[in-house]
Amino acid sequence: MDLLPGLDLRCNRLPAPLPQWHGQVDAPSWQTAARAVRERGGRLVSLWGSPEAVHGAYRLPEGLLWLTLPLDPAARCCPDLSPVFPAAARMQRAMTDLQDIGITGATDSRPWIDHGTWAGHSPAGEYPFVRVTGDGVHEIPVGPVHAGIIEPGHFRFSVVGEKILRLETRLGYTHKGIARRFRELPPLEAHRLAGRVSGDSTVAYAWAYCMALESAASCTVPQRAQWLRALLLERERIANHLGDLGALGNDAGFAFGLAQFSRLRENLLRLSQQLFEHRLLMDGVVPGGVAHDLAMEGQDALLAQCTMLSGEVAELQEIYEGHAGLQDRFIGTGRVPPPLAARLGLTGLAGRASGMANDLRCDVACPPYDRLTVRIATHRNGDVAARVAVRFDEIFESLRLTRTLLDTLPSGPHRVPVPMPEQPALGAGSVEGWRGEVFVALALAPQEGQAVLRDCHCHDPSWHNWPVLEHAVMGNIVPDFPLINKSFNLSYSGHDL
Amino acid sequence: MNTGLLSQLLEVLLALWLAPLLTGWVNQWRAWLQNKSAPSLLQPYRKLHKLFHKEPVLAEHASPFYRMAPYLVFGAMALACAIIPSLSTDLPLSPAADAIALVGLFALARVFLSLAAMDVGTAFGTLGARRDMLIGFLAEPALLMVLFCASLLSQSTSLTTIVDQFAHRQFAIHPSLALAGVAFILVSLAENARIPVDNPATHLELTMVHEALLLEYSGRHLALLEWAASLKLFAYACAGLALFFPWGVADARSPEVLLLALPVLMGKLAVSGALLALLESVSAKMRIFRVPEFLASAFLLAVMGMLINILLGA
Repeated sequence: MDLLPGLDLRCNRLPAPLPQWHGQVDAPSWQTAARAVRERGGRLVSLWGSPEAVHGAYRLPEGLLWLTLPLDPAARCCPDLSPVFPAAARMQRAMTDLQDIGITGATDSRPWIDHGTWAGHSPAGEYPFVRVTGDGVHEIPVGPVHAGIIEPGHFRFSVVGEKILRLETRLGYTHKGIARRFRELPPLEAHRLAGRVSGDSTVAYAWAYCMALESAASCTVPQRAQWLRALLLERERIANHLGDLGALGNDAGFAFGLAQFSRLRENLLRLSQQLFEHRLLMDGVVPGGVAHDLAMEGQDALLAQCTMLSGEVAELQEIYEGHAGLQDRFIGTGRVPPPLAARLGLTGLAGRASGMANDLRCDVACPPYDRLTVRIATHRNGDVAARVAVRFDEIFESLRLTRTLLDTLPSGPHRVPVPMPEQPALGAGSVEGWRGEVFVALALAPQEGQAVLRDCHCHDPSWHNWPVLEHAVMGNIVPDFPLINKSFNLSYSGHDL
Repeated sequence: MNTGLLSQLLEVLLALWLAPLLTGWVNQWRAWLQNKSAPSLLQPYRKLHKLFHKEPVLAEHASPFYRMAPYLVFGAMALACAIIPSLSTDLPLSPAADAIALVGLFALARVFLSLAAMDVGTAFGTLGARRDMLIGFLAEPALLMVLFCASLLSQSTSLTTIVDQFAHRQFAIHPSLALAGVAFILVSLAENARIPVDNPATHLELTMVHEALLLEYSGRHLALLEWAASLKLFAYACAGLALFFPWGVADARSPEVLLLALPVLMGKLAVSGALLALLESVSAKMRIFRVPEFLASAFLLAVMGMLINILLGA
């Protein structure tokens, strides 16, 4: 299929419930392909390196395009894509740190994930933050150890008085070598590791991994398993949105909101523990289906909980929207106008709050979403209030989807064995997690008669949104940063890998 | 004189003893109003006990001033509690400081604490000190105006005289005092780092005001500062109650009322603590640049109270 007209690109379609293609390019057409994607209105999904190649995944209207650029062993470098897709800059810096791949023409060659503490790497010295100079400008360093119990990340603010002129984030503190660990695991067990890349998106990661594995193995999961996977994903979305809405209230000093939303979230988690044997639904999605089937009583309990949640969340939404003090903090804070969001490639929930109407559940829906006609929640203001509104809308939509999924739950097996391929095979999977598109790409290769994971890459939507956060806080005041940060609620672990 | 000494001693000891209890009481109500099970009423005492037994850790380049500040702040707050006629107006210490000196005492503590926070040179200390000064320089004039309102009515700036007069005259609602009362509540919220001006329960370094000042303190220094914060809240609550609800306060003429004054004060504090928690629970924290508007309204209300007093004599 000719996905990028004007380019002599041959692509093979990968077997998967979503349309996705894989193709190979050479160094000169690496940038041309990226430009062609941009011109066609496509987005960059992920960029990563493996020992012998550089990979890029793009989202086109037709589906996912995975391009591989084999590396010249002598030079090991690839052209810079950040002029086309700004989000590529940090992914390329990570590629240089992790795979020693040089980026020709890169404007920012500072290390990113490598903090100079790995064995065999030279100590990096002090990280060269971009300095802002001028009358009365000073810096506030925050983190990586914070006063609250949150993930580690360093934020360097350049401020005048209370006004933020520039924020620079420094991540990589939770790097734990996930990619290497994948290579040590049997493919049929590695979904557990995928589910732990970022704990709050465990269902999305496990599903994306399983989708990739099943795509490499050309295996189709039974309908009941698809439905149950979607059910788990929607529950994960609701749980995270409830937690965030409470935390957003609390960060604005409205502790009542936190208490109420935490109570609702706790109810949800307890029922998950009861029905799926894990509060956060870890290890619920497994290759070939789901780990736990759902009995009739379980369905009734889920339906009852949906009814309870719709009522209570609607009531809390009224309180949030009618609270002058809270709205004063939310409205206009941390604004990302739609043109900026489009230029920088804001994705996922934060993107939808800035007019980027992308949601995998409706754009290229995999079963069962193709039968559900998901109503996408968007907003154009791009401020904290918009991100709150999108969260409320998505909770109601997820509750509706849960009800429909339960009403139409097909019968049959909930899990089938996945036969491992005997030839080298590629697989990719994309799932719309609560934060945005989670993408997993893997390569299987036979070794001593058994299929092993030669390479597995997990991509978190936070990669795209961390740089936009730096733009969102510009011109805001320092005490509003926690609120803006929470409204994005990006992953550190999923980013640092 | 002997009863005077007794009531003075009783007042100081009572303030030191009751102040953490008031903090615990407010926290308990805050939890109840959020449908949460509340921590014990004695939690603040346990915290103080724990902190007093911990080793204080000092920054390497902290000056002696940094170590001195907690004692100075604590001393200022204890003295403030001593000159506010919460139980009795027969206080030997009261001629030492009048209403204006009381405001000065609070300002002194604030200056010391802010300087100490800047002394160690961390970004958060300086940030907190700057914000605290912003709040302070707007809150103090408003507080002065509130006290002047009361002074105009009683023709004296001595706190004991004001309360004595208010407690022993016929019940009448003064519009000027009502306005001053509202202004006083606004100032108290700001001065005691309560929502909507500051959030005493926050863990977000970047939004802190009062907590940012204490961020580098530990051990007994932190205990003293926490205790001083409780004393400040207690002092403000007692000052408000003495000025606007002075009934039940004992005086030199009838020292036996002292026996009754204590339960009355506890009752009044309990109600005001619960109301404070209610006020905090229904509000969100405002943007820091809304604080000047908030305190300007307090100032305006107090000035309006004074004008009503001067123009209408009410």
